[in-house]
Amino acid sequence: MAQAADDASLLQTPLHAAHAALGARLVPFAGYEMPVQYPQGILAEHAWTRAEAGLFDVSHMGQALLVGPDHATTARALEALCPADFVNLKHGQQRYSQLLAEDGGILDDLMVTRPLDPQMDGKLILVVNAATKDADYAHIAAHLSDGVVLHPQEDRALLALQGPKAATVLARLSPEAAALTFMSATPTTVAGAYAHISRSGYTGEDGYEISIPAAEAVKVWEALLAEPEVKPIGLGARDSLRLEAGLCLYGHDIDPTTSPVEGGLVWSMQKRRREEGGFPGAARIQRELKEGPARVRVGLKLEGRAPAREGAEIAKDGAVVGKITSGGFAPTLNAPIAMGYVPPALAAPGTALEILVRGKALPATVVTLPFVPNRYARTIAPRGN
Amino acid sequence: MTETRYTKDHEYVRLEGDVAVIGITDYAQSQLGDVVYVDLPEIGEAVEQGKEAAVVESVKAASEVYAPLSGEVVEVNSDLEAAPATVNEDAEGKGWFVKLKLADPAQFAGLMTEADYKAFLETIA
Repeated sequence: MAQAADDASLLQTPLHAAHAALGARLVPFAGYEMPVQYPQGILAEHAWTRAEAGLFDVSHMGQALLVGPDHATTARALEALCPADFVNLKHGQQRYSQLLAEDGGILDDLMVTRPLDPQMDGKLILVVNAATKDADYAHIAAHLSDGVVLHPQEDRALLALQGPKAATVLARLSPEAAALTFMSATPTTVAGAYAHISRSGYTGEDGYEISIPAAEAVKVWEALLAEPEVKPIGLGARDSLRLEAGLCLYGHDIDPTTSPVEGGLVWSMQKRRREEGGFPGAARIQRELKEGPARVRVGLKLEGRAPAREGAEIAKDGAVVGKITSGGFAPTLNAPIAMGYVPPALAAPGTALEILVRGKALPATVVTLPFVPNRYARTIAPRGN
Repeated sequence: MTETRYTKDHEYVRLEGDVAVIGITDYAQSQLGDVVYVDLPEIGEAVEQGKEAAVVESVKAASEVYAPLSGEVVEVNSDLEAAPATVNEDAEGKGWFVKLKLADPAQFAGLMTEADYKAFLETIA
């Protein structure tokens, strides 16, 4: 049973006292003491985010600036570590990518934004995972050249406002941000604080990530919570929301053993990079693109109500063929769902598999991801692979 | 007359004649959060004190429930299949898990009384 977090070595975000005041249950997470849920509970928080707007404190994530003399130089420095096209990022455009190891395994996933302001050219804004940020920063710093420098921004907080009412709320507080399209960003103000806001997030819903100075975090948090559509949401619901959205959780669905091709992330590698290579593990990744990977990430829907958790084995006709990397109960579907890796021959939607849970083989079917349709604010169709 | 005793793992045992009704305490359900599934043993199964008797799944995680006493499963709460949230709403009433025919009634006296359990909760609060 969960123990109260009392480890003095745990870090706190600038909103720690605000969470405690709201009655949050605080747990150790990636070295931080973070709210896993508020008194309303994970199911209610999950449902609220899908119907209204949920406010998440994600200040534990790593925010950093990559700074070089001009855009092309900085973008190329990052392209040497990641398989996305950053050179052709437009001003104010954001892209999802992965930091790759020499063998093409994934060291972390991250969001990269080219600032909207042309005077900021030469800078890229990075957001990396909390548990990996120190290793990421060391890895990036060790591989930079050409006068490009990494500046971690430890004095910033990050909020995520997610859900169908998120745009309605921001239209009141920050009109420039409300007008953004999916995967774009702008500097603006919110509740009197200078903010950098992107239209993105990790729930499958329309929404925003709001980067603000740590000193302004409480003010912005309270201003957003004062809106009737907004409630605070903990990391528990964040996890069930992202699982329903079919999004990879680093350290679970992707890790140093998985390549972006195995992880179903080819969409995040633009055509020029896939063809030219020039990123770590390019030989493996280009081979997997041509010949197919040994295993692929799939979505699985289980019959019955028993959830399958991370680590459970996937079987076909009694023979183990793979492993669950994320699994749980999907509140929106009122059913258990999971993601895991299987050989490509067993990855087609409709394939019947079994998941071994506590000695029982639970019937499961491969389904198309996401489990719950994404509702991102796209104005144009996503560009093809 | 019925009496309820408790374990340090937050299970309760309510003795009704020679049958023991077993579940998790209200404190346990509040710690688990929203219960979405309870994996119960089969009727007729023998369970052993301190060994896994059931698994309760919240949205976040699976938690084992240990048998507070040894005995034979004579009934399981099949209502929990369709309505697992009953554990959150009424853990020590309608949210019971299994009924056991006790192998050794003396084990009951070895468990915490309600006063003991309340005092124990104070120490972990």
